[in-house]
Amino acid sequence: MKNTIRQYILSNLLFTDDESALQDSESFLDGGIIDSTGVMEIILFIEDTFGIKVNDDEMLPVNLDSVDNLVAFITRKQLIAA
Amino acid sequence: MITRLLQDTLLATASSYPDHTALVVGDVRMSYLEVTHYACRLAHTLHTRGVRRGDRVAIFMDNTWQCAASIYGVLLAGGVFVAINAQTKRDKLAFILHDSDTRVLLSEPHLARVFGTVAEQMPSLQVLCTHEAKGLPAGVENLDEVLADMPTTPPLQSAITLDLAALIYTSGTTGDPKGVMHTHQSLLFVLDSINEYLGFTQDDRLFSALPLNFGYGLFQWFSAVRAGATLILERSFTYPAQVFKCMNDEAVTSFACVPTVFALMLAHDAKQSLHFPSVRILTNAAAALPVEFISGIHRLFPQASLYKMHGQTECIRCAYLNPALADLKPESVGRAIPGTELLLLDENRRAVAQGEVGTLYVRGPHLMRGYWKQPEKTAEVLVPSSLSGEFMLKSGDLFKQDVDGDLYFVARSDEIIKSRGEKVSPAEVENVIYRLPAVQEVVVAGIPDPLLGQAVCAFVVVREGETLSIQQVKHICSERLENYMVPKHVLLLPELPRTANGKLSRKLIMEQCSALLAELK
Repeated sequence: MKNTIRQYILSNLLFTDDESALQDSESFLDGGIIDSTGVMEIILFIEDTFGIKVNDDEMLPVNLDSVDNLVAFITRKQLIAA
Repeated sequence: MITRLLQDTLLATASSYPDHTALVVGDVRMSYLEVTHYACRLAHTLHTRGVRRGDRVAIFMDNTWQCAASIYGVLLAGGVFVAINAQTKRDKLAFILHDSDTRVLLSEPHLARVFGTVAEQMPSLQVLCTHEAKGLPAGVENLDEVLADMPTTPPLQSAITLDLAALIYTSGTTGDPKGVMHTHQSLLFVLDSINEYLGFTQDDRLFSALPLNFGYGLFQWFSAVRAGATLILERSFTYPAQVFKCMNDEAVTSFACVPTVFALMLAHDAKQSLHFPSVRILTNAAAALPVEFISGIHRLFPQASLYKMHGQTECIRCAYLNPALADLKPESVGRAIPGTELLLLDENRRAVAQGEVGTLYVRGPHLMRGYWKQPEKTAEVLVPSSLSGEFMLKSGDLFKQDVDGDLYFVARSDEIIKSRGEKVSPAEVENVIYRLPAVQEVVVAGIPDPLLGQAVCAFVVVREGETLSIQQVKHICSERLENYMVPKHVLLLPELPRTANGKLSRKLIMEQCSALLAELK
């Protein structure tokens, strides 16, 4: 899961295949990686890819603002669904 | 107390309401006295670092409380603040610091990835960074430590109201950004005009997630300080749920918005209903508000008066529509702000007949002093008025006027793109894409987009025998340009259409590519 997310962020938001351009714990906001339209793209991507539904009140940095946060959030959502 | 300088507004408010909350940013709440103390300490610090009247001090920060307070700190030191968008990448940061001949840079640790190498190449630049942080580049001082020893009283003021207060960098048609020079007088005048028509009081709680480096965002803070009100500042609209919760938790009374964010809110509301009953003043600027948004906006903000406004960095604000007319004239931005005049003139600078399209000219004490170190570009837009010695501002906008004198935006007269309310210079984006050796030719244009207003679109011709991917084009843009300038669409084409004279024409390109563009949506 982590690798899928990394590849998506690298290729669709950083437009590169350079793995070193993204640290798993790096804040997307601090890193200047996303803005308001970028976060929508990430949400659509994880909904499609991991079969979860992101509620509006879950659109928070603690859930979405780094690769690590995304992995933890998606894992939790999948567990609840299962 | 007489307010001749912008910082006098802070000192006056702090003296009248020292304990009133000035600023709420995340968990931090600061009173007017606390903001003033921080700003005074910073002013003394800047003096010890050699800043003198008229020197430029750059503030390269996110929407933090330090950013807000530092603006007044620079002014109290007699300096000119240069607020730089935190999304700015290295080359542009270096350009702005060089162009403005900045003496001191104030920044934050997480931006060291951007300013680090720039500072290394500018030995004369002093960098002060908030918070201690590991691995800051050599020579960067910890601002928090330095401030602790400084006095909290204002330093002696020597500036006069005609001195520069701010350089605000804005995209220009030729590529490099231009520094718009504003004086204390121009900013104070437009501030009082804005606060007059919006009617802020000290009970107001203004909410803004707009960056403090551009006029609309900056003036949320200035307006709050002038009125003795409270500003609730969010970093951005990136995480909407957080923004909406904060707006309701803080019972905000004023909300500064742009069409792209209204579009996001209306989309949210369609899934999960939104309601902001505490808001009484709702403003739109930076781009024209689509008429079809208005009924939804009234539903989300049932108690709010909607102010549709128009402006540009060169005069900050020039027009607003009386909110009583918001439904009657949904396409209008109204008339001149108090104390100013707007004229619609033809190519010979004669007034156009009512109902005809003309270029908008602005008269008033709110006009910029000019573009920093660019007398020719200044002369193109600050043109003599009929009154000897006075200049008026030639805007880049075409408008028409109804029988009551209310104004309707028609088009821009240049090729600047407006995406999410931000100005994007096609030339600036083209210059970056031309850095790719495989690019033979590129034209950047704005195409209509339901969320962004206009989306940035790059039409690229690849050199024969070379290969180029769309991703490579987006990558170099994301490395060198602010996010909103990165093309949403990149079209790789065998050639670009030309006019009979062999010139590239955006209009022709758009016509020829209309089928391709329709597929993008």
